[in-house]
Amino acid sequence: MNRRTLLSTAAATLVGTTLATGAFAAAHGDKVKVGFIFVGPIGDGGWTYEHNKGRLAVEEAFGDKVETVYQESVPEGADAERAITQMALSGANLIFTTSFGYMDPTINVAAKFPDVKFEHATGFKRSDNVGVYSARFYEGRAIQGHIAGKMTKSNKIGYIASFPIPEVIRGINSAYIHAKKANPDVEFSVIWAYTWFDPAKESDAARALIENGADVILQHTDSTAPQAAAQEKGNVITFGQASDMAEYAPMPRVSSIIDNWSPYYIERVQAVMDGTWESDDTWDGIGSGMVGIGEISDAVPADVKAEALELKDRIAAGDYHPFTGPLNKQDGSVWLAEGETAPDGDLLGMNFYVEGLTGDIPN
Amino acid sequence: MIRMERRAQPSRVWTALTPVLAVMLTMVVGGIMFALLGKPPLDAIRTIFWDPLFHPQFAAYSRPQLLVKAGPLILIAIGLSLGFRAGIWNIGAEGQYIVGAICGAGMGLAVYPTTSPLIFPAMVLAGAFGGWLWAMIPAFLKVRFGTNEILVSLMLVYVAEALLASASQKLLRNPDGMGFPGSRNFQQYPAAHNGEILANSGLHWGVLAAFVAVIFAYVLLTRHIQGFNIRLTGEAPRAARFSGVSPARIIFLCLGFGGALAGAAGLFEVSGPAGQISIDFNSGYGFTAIIVAFLGRLHPVGILLAGLLMALTYIGGELAQLMLGVPGASIQLFQGMLLFFLLATDVFTNFRVRFGKTEIA
Repeated sequence: MNRRTLLSTAAATLVGTTLATGAFAAAHGDKVKVGFIFVGPIGDGGWTYEHNKGRLAVEEAFGDKVETVYQESVPEGADAERAITQMALSGANLIFTTSFGYMDPTINVAAKFPDVKFEHATGFKRSDNVGVYSARFYEGRAIQGHIAGKMTKSNKIGYIASFPIPEVIRGINSAYIHAKKANPDVEFSVIWAYTWFDPAKESDAARALIENGADVILQHTDSTAPQAAAQEKGNVITFGQASDMAEYAPMPRVSSIIDNWSPYYIERVQAVMDGTWESDDTWDGIGSGMVGIGEISDAVPADVKAEALELKDRIAAGDYHPFTGPLNKQDGSVWLAEGETAPDGDLLGMNFYVEGLTGDIPN
Repeated sequence: MIRMERRAQPSRVWTALTPVLAVMLTMVVGGIMFALLGKPPLDAIRTIFWDPLFHPQFAAYSRPQLLVKAGPLILIAIGLSLGFRAGIWNIGAEGQYIVGAICGAGMGLAVYPTTSPLIFPAMVLAGAFGGWLWAMIPAFLKVRFGTNEILVSLMLVYVAEALLASASQKLLRNPDGMGFPGSRNFQQYPAAHNGEILANSGLHWGVLAAFVAVIFAYVLLTRHIQGFNIRLTGEAPRAARFSGVSPARIIFLCLGFGGALAGAAGLFEVSGPAGQISIDFNSGYGFTAIIVAFLGRLHPVGILLAGLLMALTYIGGELAQLMLGVPGASIQLFQGMLLFFLLATDVFTNFRVRFGKTEIA
């Protein structure tokens, strides 16, 4: 251990001790204080909006027994570490950090506040007082893919992807597999937007895909700009992302994947109240309600809607896994044998396309 | 009848007074805004300006954080102020900051995981060089083709952001990061980590560099011939040319300084408080530093104070969000007011208010 690390460890211990006392004192008040760190503004209409709905649900469920605080538009990086520390200092007992980029800051702050519980969304680093949680959005993508495959007339489906990370690649694969099952002639074109939220870029991407003949647009970005672009064009269908985006129903938005964090947030707050909270790794899907499927609009024929709902029920019941073999990788090598389902490890680190998808994943 | 009369010389009294007046006006109008949002205005103002320094629960942590937040702002603003004094408008410090961070971090990651006391100094040099190089583009284009450095340097910010996205997903991506974008974390690489020099003080090498830059700029502007040339070019360009000051040289000098300091600031941030290169590692320091430079009247000591004040509003703003639940956007509005009132009250520096009938000249 060199001098520099020695000093900073000493500092961490010092800060930790002085600060933890404050947090501890607050924990003995009547209320459980729950904090949220948001990456966007709470009015973004997508990712942060849904997390904030979860916060409001916690307030509603527990009334006087909880107090919630939040900080919005917290940049990922140095500012995040300060924001989380200040929240812990203010006496929060449980803190949800709701974006991938808060992973290292959350782990750092958690080490200084052993009595505060932390929950980090979509990451993979855990410790005694840091749990992680995410949703199996790929289950929703399967239903989307099915509807898309049935609805397309040009057999061209456009996909606006954000960043080439496993989460996004899973979504593309899942949608493709089920679109292909519904309609063997479908082709996917993927545009990488390199953003989670940028209405101008997303709109450009949607227009480019439509120009190339796509009549279904799937998106893994959070704004409603692709919906607006599709509406302008007419005869192009879309799906809401993260939030229902019902203002674009019944056309172009024919359904949606909704992130529903409320049940999970309520459950975890309850665990802290009961003293039963433990660090764990939660990855829930349609079954628990963490992934919701928005109302399938009348623009979808009744038989397709019925099939989609049946698929949803089978996934929810655990009778069907969206990644069930036989499935090959893009290069033709075998991934899953007949009847085999994908292990979570493969899904968490997914960095390949399945057979049939064209183009390369940027890396 | 009220009229404005141009002063023969900018008023020294008002030059010193306007920042104070601007802060007070911001408090008053900001207080009204908080009241309209249904928040207690006095509490909000106190939380922003007082609590980061003296709150029993937070101050022990947030006081050192003031230095962490102010360090890069001061370092960048000092570099920018030299150019602004000469009438060279480098608006692209954000881009120079990003490129500096990429070059410096790349330098450190290239030799990972070796340990040598020379790694960190080499990273600082690489960072300053990266920022300098990025600033040389608008400098060269201006000298050679007469392009507008405001536009070129600003547009290069967007190019730098694209470079950053690419670097964090390809070139500098953490091989052990499970395919997620973002580089290795320098906190786990002690030889390249910009840690605190004194434990729990917030004082890292970048903050120290900012203090040194303040002194350096002060000496340069008051004692050195190049500093005189810079001031002369800004205040009387014709006189400067007659006395043999080469405009091209001043352009290269000012943009070079600005770029190198912004690049170094980027490196100090990425290897210290931020810890890693990630897609949105930059958080607007390069743009905020422009406000800091003007708030500090382009004077080195003024910039030092302005940087600390700006940091105070950031950290106080965060506390206000946390404790009073004010929206994040209202804090940005509050900071915007500060610049607005500063520019508005600036009028008194150059003009005198006269009451009474218009005199016939």
